[in-house]
Amino acid sequence: MVSNILSWLIWLPVAGMVAILLIPRNKVEVIKIVAAVSTGLQLWLAIMLWLNFDSATGSFQFMENVAWIPSFNISYALGVDGLSLPMVILTPLLSFLCIFVSWKIDRGVKGYFALFLLLDTGMIGVFLALDFFLFFVFWEVMLLPMYFLIGMWGGPQREYAAIKFFLYTLVGSVLMLIAILSLYFTCGYTFSIPELIESAPSALDGSLWWGMSAIKVIWVLLFVGFAIKIPVFPFHTWLPLVHVEAPTAVSVILAGVLLKMGIYGILRINYPMLPDAVFWFAGALAVLGLINIIWGAMCALAQKDLKKLVAYSSINHMGFAMLGMAAVIAASGLHGENYIAAQAGITGAVFQMFNHGTISAMLFILVGVIYDRAHHRDIDGFGGLAKQMPVYAGVTMVAFMAGLGLPGLSGFISEFMCFMGAFPVFRVIVIISTLGIVLNAAYFLSAYKRIFFGELNEKYSGLSEIDGRELFTLIPLAVITLILGVYPGPFLNMIKETMSVLIDQVVLIGNFAVIP
Amino acid sequence: MNNLQSLSYYWPELLLVTIILTAVIYDLLTKPSESQRVGLLVFAGLILTLFANWFTSAERNITLFLDSLALDPFAQFFKTIIIFSTLFVILISRKSNELRNYRTGEYYTLIAIMVFGMFLMVSAIDLIMVYLSIEVVSISSFILAGYLKKDQRSNESSLKYVIYGAFSSGLMLFGLSILFGLTGTTKFFEIQNALAGLDTSSHFALIIASIFILAGFGYKISAVPFHFWTPDVYEGAPTPVTAYLSVAPKAAGFALAIRFFHVLFTDAGLLLDSGNGISTIPWPQVLAGISVATMTLGNLVAIQQSSVKRMLAYSSIAHAGYMLMAMPILSGNGVFAIMIYLVMYLFMNLGAFFVVIIVKNKTGGETFEDFRGLGWEMPIVGIVMALFMLSLTGIPPTAGFIGKFYLFAAVIKAGPAFYWLVFAGAVNSVISLYYYMHVVKVMFFEGESKKKLLFPSVLESTLIITLAVPTLLLGIYWTPIAEWITNSLRFYYQSI
Repeated sequence: MVSNILSWLIWLPVAGMVAILLIPRNKVEVIKIVAAVSTGLQLWLAIMLWLNFDSATGSFQFMENVAWIPSFNISYALGVDGLSLPMVILTPLLSFLCIFVSWKIDRGVKGYFALFLLLDTGMIGVFLALDFFLFFVFWEVMLLPMYFLIGMWGGPQREYAAIKFFLYTLVGSVLMLIAILSLYFTCGYTFSIPELIESAPSALDGSLWWGMSAIKVIWVLLFVGFAIKIPVFPFHTWLPLVHVEAPTAVSVILAGVLLKMGIYGILRINYPMLPDAVFWFAGALAVLGLINIIWGAMCALAQKDLKKLVAYSSINHMGFAMLGMAAVIAASGLHGENYIAAQAGITGAVFQMFNHGTISAMLFILVGVIYDRAHHRDIDGFGGLAKQMPVYAGVTMVAFMAGLGLPGLSGFISEFMCFMGAFPVFRVIVIISTLGIVLNAAYFLSAYKRIFFGELNEKYSGLSEIDGRELFTLIPLAVITLILGVYPGPFLNMIKETMSVLIDQVVLIGNFAVIP
Repeated sequence: MNNLQSLSYYWPELLLVTIILTAVIYDLLTKPSESQRVGLLVFAGLILTLFANWFTSAERNITLFLDSLALDPFAQFFKTIIIFSTLFVILISRKSNELRNYRTGEYYTLIAIMVFGMFLMVSAIDLIMVYLSIEVVSISSFILAGYLKKDQRSNESSLKYVIYGAFSSGLMLFGLSILFGLTGTTKFFEIQNALAGLDTSSHFALIIASIFILAGFGYKISAVPFHFWTPDVYEGAPTPVTAYLSVAPKAAGFALAIRFFHVLFTDAGLLLDSGNGISTIPWPQVLAGISVATMTLGNLVAIQQSSVKRMLAYSSIAHAGYMLMAMPILSGNGVFAIMIYLVMYLFMNLGAFFVVIIVKNKTGGETFEDFRGLGWEMPIVGIVMALFMLSLTGIPPTAGFIGKFYLFAAVIKAGPAFYWLVFAGAVNSVISLYYYMHVVKVMFFEGESKKKLLFPSVLESTLIITLAVPTLLLGIYWTPIAEWITNSLRFYYQSI
């Protein structure tokens, strides 16, 4: 076991980035290999971390804590628990695969891979940071590489997409910064997330800002910041645009990891620090989840561009996770202390984060495969591809089935858990949102039919079959989807204890009384 | 302390005056083609002054020349900032193509005179000294702005500057004389004492005086609505002068404003709401309003610019607005935030202007068009410029973020009453992202990969990298700066 493993996880990609910057720019192969090796090592470390992780406890493990700016009580604090571990595994996995997805980048290779590794550091840093300031810094560090990756290597409207992404996320970030500073000054001058979890619920109790409870104000500030990232309706408009313009690997990272940060943030920050507001907001969260599910599915149904369809399906899938999160209040006294439902809902939400990460990654890679060959993504522009590219059609079938939540694949388990958890509390909402599953099936299957069945479009009779490199990026994800769909037990156990602690933090410390 | 005794504490300034005189004489003796050497002389002299300033012990807390100047850690901090920015500007001036056709001996001499004026500004505690020091700085800057004699825009900028400057300093002088008439003294501490016992019938006169004085300060830090000179002057002046004007005199103006408000209108570090003669003016609200107006106007107009130089001029107005955010809560935290912001601002803003100089040397222009594809052609300049732009926006991990972080923190600490101010600052940061990223966009997203890369000269590269390294490092570790400022956060204070 490596000591300071979390620091290694964070700083390995930076080391790779520095190495890449020192390599002359015409040594393209060397640059790619360095990128692959540094993310590969990171993945290996993440697996080591997983093997050494103690699932029996819900508290933070492998903690590191070094004073950083003592005068402002800022520290470099890291730790991992059942909430962050799935994402800590997913991030290096997708980063590693994305290096291979991007293998054919031919313009500005050095800059591309350097920025990609910086993005990797930012992402994993967010999941590991236990200091709010550090969390914020990592959160922002990601923006810059994303901006460049979209703006320099993206599609025709890349400049507009890049700045739209940057502006949207920065709005969220500055609101979050205000909330962070408010928490700092009202809750004992600390940025430490574990300490704030201890102190915030009581420190904020009873303070009124402009006739509204400070708890609600801070909740709203943080929620908007995170909601833009998820993205929650009505903050979602940046997502389809950015997805369409971004290069394949960036879309994979965006859907696979970045969207999860919003949900992660709410569960890590909002839930335990502001439990009173959870009760106030859970209903709204469930309704927003419902809107995401239905709206995302309806929009996906209307798309002609395959990548946009997948982008809207992400909005839809995030809705399931939100519904699951809202189920936490089932454990409160008001709802009969139904711990099983709360546990199912919130564990399902975390599981859905991971599953969507693998499934949407597969979908985006598959879209990239066909785009590289046909240079368009118009769903109606193909036809009969199953004859031309049977292997591709087969892999796409697995991914689409996972996306629409077919039992036996991982997406089904997590969606089912989210519904199960939310059902006792939000009966009507759950019943309406099951409609989303039907719509999911409708758009995935109809897209599949239009692309793969029917007469072969003559234009594409020369398309080559999916190649080894592309299969190499898809097979691991498909295998994970299949295994977790059949035998999710160990994975859920890893999350479970932390979720129990989180539920207790919300329902035992939280106050059901109506706050002003 | 009387005049003769004061001299022994005044040797950094005496040294500076000696250098100025030497520079004038040396300039007379050298050939026009070698007038650049005066710059080196001034540079060396300023380094000596920097050490002299450090060695006049930070612990000293006295007044000089019969209570007209304060020698305190606060003044020393600002003197250090001023010298540093001057050193950078002198070096980049040597490389500026704009100045190449002119005899530059007097240029460097004037810069040194400005430094002297700013030294007086940051330590003035007497109304006469306030006025004189502002005039010394202003008159030298008028000439510097119009230094390109054959360039119409430069002439125009100088003339505008003179007119606005004369008008606002006239207003300020009027305000100062009313203040003198009300209190019968020109010394800050005696004024403070006299104001406390002021008859309520004099309040109207006091309000008038305060508004006029505010106009003078507002002009110096280019706060709305006293900012109208800024864009034209900044655009017409030689770019090194613009860079200089956007940093050093602004810092000095802030130092003076902080000291003035702190001493005259505060009690135990808080701007008074009541109890003092000044209570009829809601100072925090007025200052907050000016702050929001300044940053909003600066940002909204900056978006529409097609010249990077002019865009940076408006952005510097916006940055004055950010710094003004901390003025209404003139507590130790607020002053601390302004001071740390100035340090960060020094590096990032000078850096951005220096890149403009490098680009202008290359293409002869300073519009966005001239920046097209810069990142592909001159990668070092492009990357460094991107860093400065991010820092000016306030994206971590850069120095600009830390500056904004402290400003926001100071305001948030003052409680929910000032949250609207933070929200205004936050919205403005987002707006500013748009035009700063526009520079990054034209540098990187447009243009193509080049076979042959261009590199700026060694001095230019060294300068921008010297500015870029702190811009990045101070965003990651700023404890030394924070400690330095904590130690500098001591005014001379006298109670009568």
